[in-house]
Amino acid sequence: MLFTSYEFLGFLLVVFLIYYLLRGKAQWSFLLISSYVFYFIADPRYLIFIAITTVSTFFAARAISDKKSSFDAWFKEHKKEMEKDERKAAKAKAHAVEKKIFLCCLLFNLGILAVTKYTNFTISNINSILNAVGNKGTLSFVDLVIPMGISFYTFQTMGYLIDVYNGKFEAQRSIFKFALFVSFFPQLVQGPISRYDDLSKTLFEEHRFDWRTVSFGLERILWGFFKKLVIAERILVPVQAIIQEPDKYNGWYAFAGAMFYALQLYADFTGGIDITIGVAETMGIKVTENFIRPYFSKNIKEYWNRWHITMGTWFTDYIFYPISASQFMMKLSKKSRSVLGNNLGKRVPVYLSSFIVWFTTGIWHGASWNFIVWGLGNFVVIMISQELEPFYRWFHSKVKVAGTFGWKLFQVIRTVLIMSSLRMFDCYRDVPLTFKMFGSIFTKARLSQLSVNAFTDLGITIADYVVVFIAMVILIAVSLIQRSGSVREKIAELSAARRFAIWYGLFMVTLIFGAYGIGYSASQFIYNQF
Amino acid sequence: MKKTKKPVAIFLIIIVLGLFLATKLLEPKYMTGILEGAMIGEYYDDPTDHNVVFIGDCELYENISPVDLWKEYGINSYVRGSAQQLIWQSYYLAEETIKREHPDVIVFNVLSMQYNNPQSEAYNRMTLDGMRWSDSKIDSIKASMTYEEHFIDYVFPLLRYHSRWSDLGTDDFEYMFHRNKVSFNGYYMRVDSRAPDSVPEGIPKIDYTFGSNAYMYLNMLTKLCKTNNVELILVKAPSLYPVWYNQWDKQMVDYAKANNLTYINFLDHMNDIGLDWSKDTYDGGLHLNLSGAKKLSSYFGKILQEEFKVPDRRGEDKLEKYWSGVIKRYDKEKAKQEKNLELYGSVNGKKK
Repeated sequence: MLFTSYEFLGFLLVVFLIYYLLRGKAQWSFLLISSYVFYFIADPRYLIFIAITTVSTFFAARAISDKKSSFDAWFKEHKKEMEKDERKAAKAKAHAVEKKIFLCCLLFNLGILAVTKYTNFTISNINSILNAVGNKGTLSFVDLVIPMGISFYTFQTMGYLIDVYNGKFEAQRSIFKFALFVSFFPQLVQGPISRYDDLSKTLFEEHRFDWRTVSFGLERILWGFFKKLVIAERILVPVQAIIQEPDKYNGWYAFAGAMFYALQLYADFTGGIDITIGVAETMGIKVTENFIRPYFSKNIKEYWNRWHITMGTWFTDYIFYPISASQFMMKLSKKSRSVLGNNLGKRVPVYLSSFIVWFTTGIWHGASWNFIVWGLGNFVVIMISQELEPFYRWFHSKVKVAGTFGWKLFQVIRTVLIMSSLRMFDCYRDVPLTFKMFGSIFTKARLSQLSVNAFTDLGITIADYVVVFIAMVILIAVSLIQRSGSVREKIAELSAARRFAIWYGLFMVTLIFGAYGIGYSASQFIYNQF
Repeated sequence: MKKTKKPVAIFLIIIVLGLFLATKLLEPKYMTGILEGAMIGEYYDDPTDHNVVFIGDCELYENISPVDLWKEYGINSYVRGSAQQLIWQSYYLAEETIKREHPDVIVFNVLSMQYNNPQSEAYNRMTLDGMRWSDSKIDSIKASMTYEEHFIDYVFPLLRYHSRWSDLGTDDFEYMFHRNKVSFNGYYMRVDSRAPDSVPEGIPKIDYTFGSNAYMYLNMLTKLCKTNNVELILVKAPSLYPVWYNQWDKQMVDYAKANNLTYINFLDHMNDIGLDWSKDTYDGGLHLNLSGAKKLSSYFGKILQEEFKVPDRRGEDKLEKYWSGVIKRYDKEKAKQEKNLELYGSVNGKKK
């Protein structure tokens, strides 16, 4: 059920109406049923996977939490009778049991993710190696079900498990509440990757109908539809035309394709998240923001703090920090400092941890070398910019441009260009072709490729480009206004007539200029595949 | 309370009005070029009770001229035809017709028996958009939708036609709130002629049996007519192609016999009708032109009157008045097309 389908809108309307007819715990119980119905409609087989992850994590987290509680109680009672070493030993013993449960659950669920998503990728790589060493036999690919949103709900669930293991909060006692946290339908397909302590604040509460909350949610949904239907779905057509015929569309086309794709991805993903957050908001549930105007970032590091924030923080909190603080890294740090000196040696563990994070980020996005290279590309760019810090400081001490509009604009354009270049790995079928197409921007760009006719051959008309351009201007304008606070709050302060004009205008623009229905093949949201 | 009610009412009116105007502007008008989409809707403007109603595809609305049936025999008839009208669409048009009036005869062209499943959204629209909302329209939409279509798109046409914003032309503004008549009681006039160069041969089929869905609707049509005491006549209009296979013909002969219906295959009567394919078709044998339609109407009108006792209603004031208006338009259109043909070589005034 696509977010942009009539079926989803109908489903949403029914859920919304019944939700507000119910009271107390019946509300979240109904949301759980609705979420499972939503998942069942997508494919009944998916339910098995999400149920396994839910049940295994629920009991593992509860066991860990119970162990912690009973140990804490026991320890509080007996610690005075114990020597320091005895206390340490008791803690270690209790912790070892928790660790076993934690690791079993973690590996089991990551194993499911790995098997469903990466088996064929592994087979493909084994076959390549076998062919390279002259072996003509190949392993057959397996036909596996890849449950919708498995990367999202697995990461969300494992985040919860890690937090319980780290004692951040106690495990949820109700399996049904936990099941809702895992399967909450608006965020099931493309995130955000919510944290339990954040989402649970409003997910299980009773919500009475409040016009302001509901209208804010509806406004957010409408804004999401505008981005998805007016921009993303329209610009998708030339993007596909360009990437499907790389021999024909190289040079400036490849550059245009990268730029169009950057716009499409932004409008598609943020549009989807707007719909997710808006749907939750109509029911009084607060879902974490996932984007803060990422294309306004001055560098890649900042970009990653503003793009797909919940994923970035997940990798930072649950992979980067644990790895950086691990005993192995401590030893490595010590050794590298002694061998390479303090300045260079201290970077080794940081860079190694970052490398692991970006490798994992890449492969999380998809089972292909394109995504791995894309992830590592981000790592390289971030590391280079970090190494160039002294140069930047020197440059700014000589050239007084920092803080000027021109410099800020340069930084923003630079970020967009770098990220769009890296995103080319999303588009082309393999890594060598992506490098070839990137190279063609510098070697095969011809002025004749910049004619108007050249771009109308890509499946959309001049009128469509004009619509995309105007919509993009609106997008940028809204982003600029957002810098000084919530746009919806600002609109709410306007007179009723102006508020109405703005939202009705946006509704009509989306309805008329949206690329949907027969003649347009509405594609899945790009992040659904992850 | 009163204070909030007023602005809410104003906003609601603006919302509905905006959607209405956008729909009116963006829906196709079918006033120039492809006219067929406007024909189904014209039926509701005819206030008279018809003795004969024709249902079917282009083989009827281009081959039978109600004006000539009236002029020669005083038969008050209407062609509820549309492009690639499928049998379930014909059935629901017949059902709707019988609910609105009580014709003596319904004539169904059997060419659409070859289709067992929904075919084309564009053709569906040309039949269904013009129908007024009723149970028959709802059922017809449900029966006709291809896999890519949604019922809600028929309820709110803006959802379907929104993308026409880039194709808007002067017609869209001119005919936003009214339409000109494009047919003459459902007849689509063409006065030009183009003799066939060659007639394509039929491609042999593995199975010539009409589909179960097509038969189901034919059975429903038969039952509908019998229940309502309406004579159902099955016809196969004359054309050189598409091919009407002998195996198909036999099935219709057998069906008519089994159900005590009349089936007339006009392909077997072409000499009696007097059709001259070098003069009586405008598209190389696919459809008849006005000359051919007059001949077929004359031939079939005689059968209707003699064998089915369809009355001559000339002399009835209301009908005379109505038909004089139609005939006036008919003669005007005929003269216009003939003049265009003479001046520009084409009936629509565009140079060939």
